[in-house]
Amino acid sequence: MFEFCTAPSALDDLRWMACYLTTGKQIAFYWSFGTVLLLLAVTAPAALAFGFLGALASRSRVAPLRWLGTAYTSMVRGIPDIIFFLFVPIALDQGLEWLRHKAKCPDWDQPVRQGSDFLVCAEAKLPLNTAPQWVHESYGFALAVLAFAVVFGAFAANVLSGAMRAVPRAQIETAEAYGMSHSQAVWRILVPQMWIYALPGLSNLWQILVKATPLLFLLGVQDIVYWARELGGSKTSTFAYPHPDWRLWYFLGLLVFYLALTSLSERVFARLSHRLSLGQATAAGEKHRKAAA
Amino acid sequence: MSCAGVIEAYGLRAIGIGERLLPRSDFTLCDQVVLIGSGLIWNVYFGALALLFGFCFATLLAVARTSDHPLLRRPADWFVFVFRGSPLFIQFFIAYQAFVLLPREGIEFNLGLVEITAQTRWLTKAWAGALIVLFLNTSAYSAEIFTGALRAIPKGDLEAAEAYGMGPFQKFRRVTFPTMLRLGWPAYTNEAIFLFHATTLVFFSGFPAWQQQGDALYYASYFADKTFNPFIPYPIVAGYFVMLTLCVIGLFGAANRRLNRHLAPSQRPRLRIRPQLVR
Repeated sequence: MFEFCTAPSALDDLRWMACYLTTGKQIAFYWSFGTVLLLLAVTAPAALAFGFLGALASRSRVAPLRWLGTAYTSMVRGIPDIIFFLFVPIALDQGLEWLRHKAKCPDWDQPVRQGSDFLVCAEAKLPLNTAPQWVHESYGFALAVLAFAVVFGAFAANVLSGAMRAVPRAQIETAEAYGMSHSQAVWRILVPQMWIYALPGLSNLWQILVKATPLLFLLGVQDIVYWARELGGSKTSTFAYPHPDWRLWYFLGLLVFYLALTSLSERVFARLSHRLSLGQATAAGEKHRKAAA
Repeated sequence: MSCAGVIEAYGLRAIGIGERLLPRSDFTLCDQVVLIGSGLIWNVYFGALALLFGFCFATLLAVARTSDHPLLRRPADWFVFVFRGSPLFIQFFIAYQAFVLLPREGIEFNLGLVEITAQTRWLTKAWAGALIVLFLNTSAYSAEIFTGALRAIPKGDLEAAEAYGMGPFQKFRRVTFPTMLRLGWPAYTNEAIFLFHATTLVFFSGFPAWQQQGDALYYASYFADKTFNPFIPYPIVAGYFVMLTLCVIGLFGAANRRLNRHLAPSQRPRLRIRPQLVR
C-alpha cells in the first residue's frame, strides 16, 4: 500500500502496523464485512417474502395449504436453527443435482447413493466441474442465503401471522360493509395496517438475523469469522509480518462491529416505529393525532 | 452388532464411557440414533446448569438494573448490552481465545505466607469454558426479561406490602420476587427453550470436542460428513430436540401453573412459545 512497506522487518512499530493493516489479506478481511452486509441485504427481503407467503398460507381457506403453512411456522420453535443451517444447503444441493440427474442422464442405471457416496453424472453436477471459481463461490453463497431465508422466513411467518390477527376486527368489518371483496379487504385494509403490529417482532427478528450471520462460517463461506481466524493465528518469521496469536483481538473487533450494528439498528427501528404509527388505530397513533391537532 | 450391543457400546460415548472408536463404516440407523442420543447428554448438561446458575445471576442483575444507584445500574446495563448485542458464536470464540491465552502452568497468587496456584487448563475445555459463556449469555437475556417484569409489577401490590409493615427485604422476598417471576415466566420459558437450542453451537465454535466427545449435533454432522447423506442424522437430532423442547415446556408449564395458582383461571397467563430470543 505505502511505498515504505517493501521491507516490513526494518520498520518502526507505527509504520509496521500501518503496513500490516493494508496488506492484501487484510483488505480481503475488510471486504468480508461487505459479504456479511450483503447477506443481510439479500436475506432480509427474501425471509420477509417467505414469511409473508407462510403467514398467508397458514390463514388460507384451503386445508392442505393451511397445514403446510402451520407446519412451516411451527418447525422453528422446536428445532435449533443451526440444524437447519447445516441441513438445508446440503439437502438442497443434493436435491437439485438429483433432479438435474434425472432430467439430463435418463439412461444412467446405477443408484445415486452408493455406500457413502452421492454420485450423479458429470453433466448434472452443480456447479459444473468446468465452471470458473467465482461460480463455485457464489453458488455456495446462494445456498447459504437460501438456508437463511428458509429459517428466518419461518420466524417471520410467525410474527406476521400474529400481526394479521392483531389488526382490529372492526377494520375488516368496515371494509366488508363498504362492499369490498375478501381479497380487497386483505390487500387494502389488512396488509397496510399489519406492519405496525408486526414491527416489534420484525425488529427483534432483524437483531436475531444480524446475530446469526457468523454462522455463515459454518457453511464454508469466507466471511469475517473465517478471515479473523485466518489472519489472527500466530505467524512465524517465515511470513512477511510475523506476530503472535492475535485471534483474541480480531474477535474483539468483530464483537465491536456486531455491537455497533445491533445498537444502530435499534435506533433505526425506534424511528421507523414512530413513522409507522402515524394514522393508526393504536395508542401511539392516537398520540400523534392529538399532538398534531 | 445388534442394537442392544450398540446401546451398550455407544449409549454413553459422549461422556467417554464405552467403545473408544466411533463407528467408521456401515452405519446402521441404530448407530445413528444411539450416538446422537448420547450426545444429547451434553446439551442437557449445558442447558440445565447454565439455566440454574443464570437464573440466580439474572435476578441479581435485574435488581441492579432497576436500582437508583448508578454504580449498580451502569455495569449491569453494560453487561446486558454486550451479551445481548453480540452473537453467541463470537462470544464462544472470544472466551476460548482468552482462556487459551491464560498461562499454561496456572496463575500464582502470593498471599504473603502461602502461595496458591490457580489452575487454568480446565477453562479451555468445553465442559467448563462453554458453560461459563452460556451462563453469562443466558444471564443477560434473562436479566432483560426480569427487568421488564420488575418494572411491570403493579404498584398497588408494593404499596400493600409496605402498608403491612414489611421491610425492604421481606417485601422483596414475599411480593416483588414472586410477582416478577410470575410476570416474566412466559418469556423466561422461551429463553429456556432457546438456550437449549443454543447449546448446539458449543462444538461448532471455538471449543474443540475432546476425544470426540461431543453433543448431539456434533455426532449428527459426523454422520452427515461420513455418509454424505443429511436426510437421516439431521432429522434424528431434530426429533430429539423437539422432544427436549416438549420436556422444557412441560416443566416450565408446571412451574407457571404453580406461580399463578392464586389467580382466577381466566386471568392466568398462558405460555405462548414465541421465537423472540434466538441468539
